[in-house]
Amino acid sequence: MAEADVESQIGRWRGYVQRHAGVSGDDVAEMEDHLREQIADLAAAGLSDTEAFMVAITRLGSVDEISREFAREHSGRLWKQLVLAPDKPTAARGRGSDEFAVVLILAICSAVAVKVGLAALDGVTFALVASLLVTPFLGGYFAWKRRLGRAPIAVVIVVFAGLAALVGLYPHPDTADTAALTGIHTPIVAWFLVGLAYVGGQWRSDQRRMDFVRFTGEFIVYVALLALGGGVLIALTIGSFSAVGVDASGFVGDWVLPAAVPGAMLIAAWLVEAKQSVIENLAPVLTRVFTPLTILMLLALLGAYAAGHGAADPDRTLLIMMDLVLVLVLGLLLFAISAREPGAPVGVFDRLQLVLVLAALVADLLMLATMLRRIAEFGWSANRIAALGINLVLLVNLTRSGWLSLALVRGRRTPAALERWQTGYLPVFGIWAAAVIVVLPPVFGFA
Amino acid sequence: MRIDKDLVAAAATPLVLGILADGESYGYAILKQVRELSGGEMEWTDGMLYPLLHRLERQGYVTSAWGASPSGRKRKHYALSDAGRQALAERRRQWAVVDSALRQVWRLPSVRLAAPGAAMGTGL
Repeated sequence: MAEADVESQIGRWRGYVQRHAGVSGDDVAEMEDHLREQIADLAAAGLSDTEAFMVAITRLGSVDEISREFAREHSGRLWKQLVLAPDKPTAARGRGSDEFAVVLILAICSAVAVKVGLAALDGVTFALVASLLVTPFLGGYFAWKRRLGRAPIAVVIVVFAGLAALVGLYPHPDTADTAALTGIHTPIVAWFLVGLAYVGGQWRSDQRRMDFVRFTGEFIVYVALLALGGGVLIALTIGSFSAVGVDASGFVGDWVLPAAVPGAMLIAAWLVEAKQSVIENLAPVLTRVFTPLTILMLLALLGAYAAGHGAADPDRTLLIMMDLVLVLVLGLLLFAISAREPGAPVGVFDRLQLVLVLAALVADLLMLATMLRRIAEFGWSANRIAALGINLVLLVNLTRSGWLSLALVRGRRTPAALERWQTGYLPVFGIWAAAVIVVLPPVFGFA
Repeated sequence: MRIDKDLVAAAATPLVLGILADGESYGYAILKQVRELSGGEMEWTDGMLYPLLHRLERQGYVTSAWGASPSGRKRKHYALSDAGRQALAERRRQWAVVDSALRQVWRLPSVRLAAPGAAMGTGL
């Protein structure tokens, strides 16, 4: 038996053990040392390599039991690992306090940028560029962490600068629709730029793109958790100060929030990076909870629509809400795909996902028909084009997703095909959002 | 002879502390020594040693340091701390009490008859 076989067996064993919560990378290294020495001793006693491996594995005992024992001993480890011991051996930079210092500095820079922006810009302009006061620092964090090369850094910086110049310098009147559109689409483009830094320049890699999707989902969860905690703390602060006769709300609004919001974003990104498995376990649960609920909600909406509510004179708000719902569906779909175990057999959840996509597709087609009717009746406007565009972008995505989901349920396609389609399609969203920011305002005269 | 699991678990801590009192060591070597000392009779799930070592470390009885094996692999070495030395002494006193109590029990007339070897007529 070749030595390489034992090596690959040890590798598989290592991978298997690493997946157990409560067992850190160092624990695995420690047990691997044990395993190897045991194998060497047994082989020296005359056993073949395979036999030695089998005996050593058996003596080591059930991995489940050991990891349970480790988890009991290190009950706080899940959270400790979160901040203290990033244990994923990667080529990336960033270990311990070094990384935290970088995050802290970037958070402070971002807070200063927000504070200066608030002081220097009028309300509308600030709202338009607000995302650009935070996301470049997130991008900077990943550029540092991934040791981004000069070319990608240059691309990210130039696009960020161009975006900021465009958004800030376009003469948007306060009440213009194009200003609102720009405000909605700027964070999307900015997030794609963060993604460019996140993937460390490997923007063609499906795997890295999927990592970014996963990161985005986890980032949202962490930001929500931090916002929840922060909100409680702020409410308590204001409440207790007012109890002693001091109005703290001004101070909170002027100083705490401008510092806390960018801080929370960077800390959330760092937390996701520091330890992924805590939320990874949560992501499948979340998607499983919300996929059926979203299906119900979509069906109810479609029912209400069919019953004539808003069908005759579709209201603008309805269109916007429906688009938001569709975006939520897509987010859910992406999150679910990213959390799917590649080798898992097709199950109920895949069928549910197919139903979700089909329901969303019907909703999207209804919206498109309504949009076209409105355009025929009232002519083109920036808002209508933006809505039509995102509906078309979603239509293409959902059609293909529905097709691939169907093939998956029938066993003709693998989950990987669906995953590749989604990751391949991701840039379309960014490009469309950029087009809305760059092209629409001048075409419609900033109306 | 299979030794009862609970008994092995109870003896594990003083055994490990005692072995480390003899000088710093690492997981596999500790297990090997346990096996030798018990004449191979103490069945131990090897993997369980590591959570135990980590507990002893948390309790401050042992300290650990990463080193390298002769072949250059990462290896974690453990050494007894002063608190560990005290804990070992304390355990030893406890075991001495248990031991002396048991010795007296073995000497009770009816227990003596059941002693190993008694049936073969080679009793004490």
